[in-house]
Amino acid sequence: MNILVCISHVPDTTSKINFTENNTVFDSGGVQFVINPNDEFGLTRAIWLKEKQGAQVHVVHVGTSKSDPTLRKCLAIGADKAYRIDTPAVDGSSVAKELAAFVKTNSYDLIIAGRESIDYNGGMVPGMLAALLDIPFVPNCVGLEVDGTTAVAEREIDGGREKLKGSLPMVIGGQKGLVEETDLRIPNMRGIMQARQKPFEVVPAQQVEAISEDMKFEKPAPKAEVKLVPADDLDQLIELLHKEANVL
Amino acid sequence: MSVLIIAESENNALKRNAAEVASYGVALAAKLNTSCAAINFHAANAAELGQYGISKVTHSTNVQKSFDANAYANAIAAYAPKNNVTHIIVSSSADAKFLAPLLAAKLNAGYAPNVVALPEELSPLTVKRTAFTNKAFVHTQLLATCNIIGVGNNAFGVIENAVDCTVEEVDAENVTSNLEQVSIEKVAGKATIADADVVVSGGRGLKGPENWHLIEDLAEVLNAATACSKPVSDMGWRSHDEHVGQTGKPVSTNLYIAIGISGAIQHLAGVNSSKVKVVINNDPEAPFFKAADYGVVGDAFEVVPELTKKLKAFKALG
Repeated sequence: MNILVCISHVPDTTSKINFTENNTVFDSGGVQFVINPNDEFGLTRAIWLKEKQGAQVHVVHVGTSKSDPTLRKCLAIGADKAYRIDTPAVDGSSVAKELAAFVKTNSYDLIIAGRESIDYNGGMVPGMLAALLDIPFVPNCVGLEVDGTTAVAEREIDGGREKLKGSLPMVIGGQKGLVEETDLRIPNMRGIMQARQKPFEVVPAQQVEAISEDMKFEKPAPKAEVKLVPADDLDQLIELLHKEANVL
Repeated sequence: MSVLIIAESENNALKRNAAEVASYGVALAAKLNTSCAAINFHAANAAELGQYGISKVTHSTNVQKSFDANAYANAIAAYAPKNNVTHIIVSSSADAKFLAPLLAAKLNAGYAPNVVALPEELSPLTVKRTAFTNKAFVHTQLLATCNIIGVGNNAFGVIENAVDCTVEEVDAENVTSNLEQVSIEKVAGKATIADADVVVSGGRGLKGPENWHLIEDLAEVLNAATACSKPVSDMGWRSHDEHVGQTGKPVSTNLYIAIGISGAIQHLAGVNSSKVKVVINNDPEAPFFKAADYGVVGDAFEVVPELTKKLKAFKALG
């Protein structure tokens, strides 16, 4: 089985978010970049499938050489080969088209991406990729079993879960639940050394035109000071929620 | 040019979020000086969209009853170009976020999810949406001929504007499916994090899963959904579909009550777009107090039962 995991390179979840150049550019100064957490759950599941059922696990990323350390980390925790499609990621649509062109020239049984990236939260790349390839797609995936040429994937819905079955190849939008946090792997020295020997290919981009553009960023307005209510006067809290906040 | 809203349904009835999506679509159509129609599969009460200003619903029942994203996307992708649709409005539900990217790729449409207001410019179409998991907003231009706007939960609100509504029965075209439903589990009769007006959330401060009746009792009085912080779900006290935060579910509800949650940056990011936040914590230094609107410094084991009791009395007064 050939598995492709699509990787985003995002600011670490603890990052303070700031912008420069008159709020048009994300300020990456002092920010640590990591594998997008949703992608890492998917990659870990792919490595698990490789160990249990046998598979080749490739990772692919659309971006510049700034993301190379993130891809090296994917190799260090168990991916067999990394590809970087060499163009800055502009919007979900152009990234999905770049990935679709890549997948068409390389055959995969299973394509795993994250539910969404934690930076732009678009959640559009995996679905768009599946539609462009005209293959099944399961988002918000919290369970995945592969059996021969079919897969059963479970997706989280509002207030429950739905199990869906389809034939391979299939695209999965992974998230926590596909594996647990405790299953995530930390690269060890052996993995890091091995990663240096593993193939890492830079692929020229198709130069697809974007159909959306992020123009300007804005931080939320500073919050007014919290109103503290004494623990022995909860009537006051109810009064405030009812009359002032108007939410009861 | 015209606006189309996708009105979701469940169990043959419109979902609650259809009212907000309709209100947004009608308001956008007024700005564009054009009309706004709806498309719906299976709701027996589709004509009720007239309450929110929708005068025409295209209604199809020749698709699978349970939500089928690919079939629905195929049907809408066949419908939209024939009806000169330039703006498609969807919600932020799990189903909408499943459908919209498929539809966007099929139509080569621009798509912006988590949009918080009407477009600030109509040409080029520019919308404000949340990014960095609610730590910021971004103003995005959508440059395709047809563009999809995903309205954030509770971001726009519902505007009543009753008009006569015609429901036109049409067989949807091209409704091929590529997935088969094996099973669906859904908690019946309980508010979900996605559509509840109030969410009551518990953290490590509750000391163990056996104390969750405090959260559940308060939630019941408020008809609220229950949620939890990441450590609680990681320790297995609660199932992880209750985990809210950056790697869990986002919450944008009217009232979010956090009990025994210190307020790690990832948690705050996930709940930030809720309108009113109340925190109950015995540590006055907990970072959540900086992000909350109202706070009670006190022991959850005393404050929460007391609050539940008082709210019950308040609700009984009507």
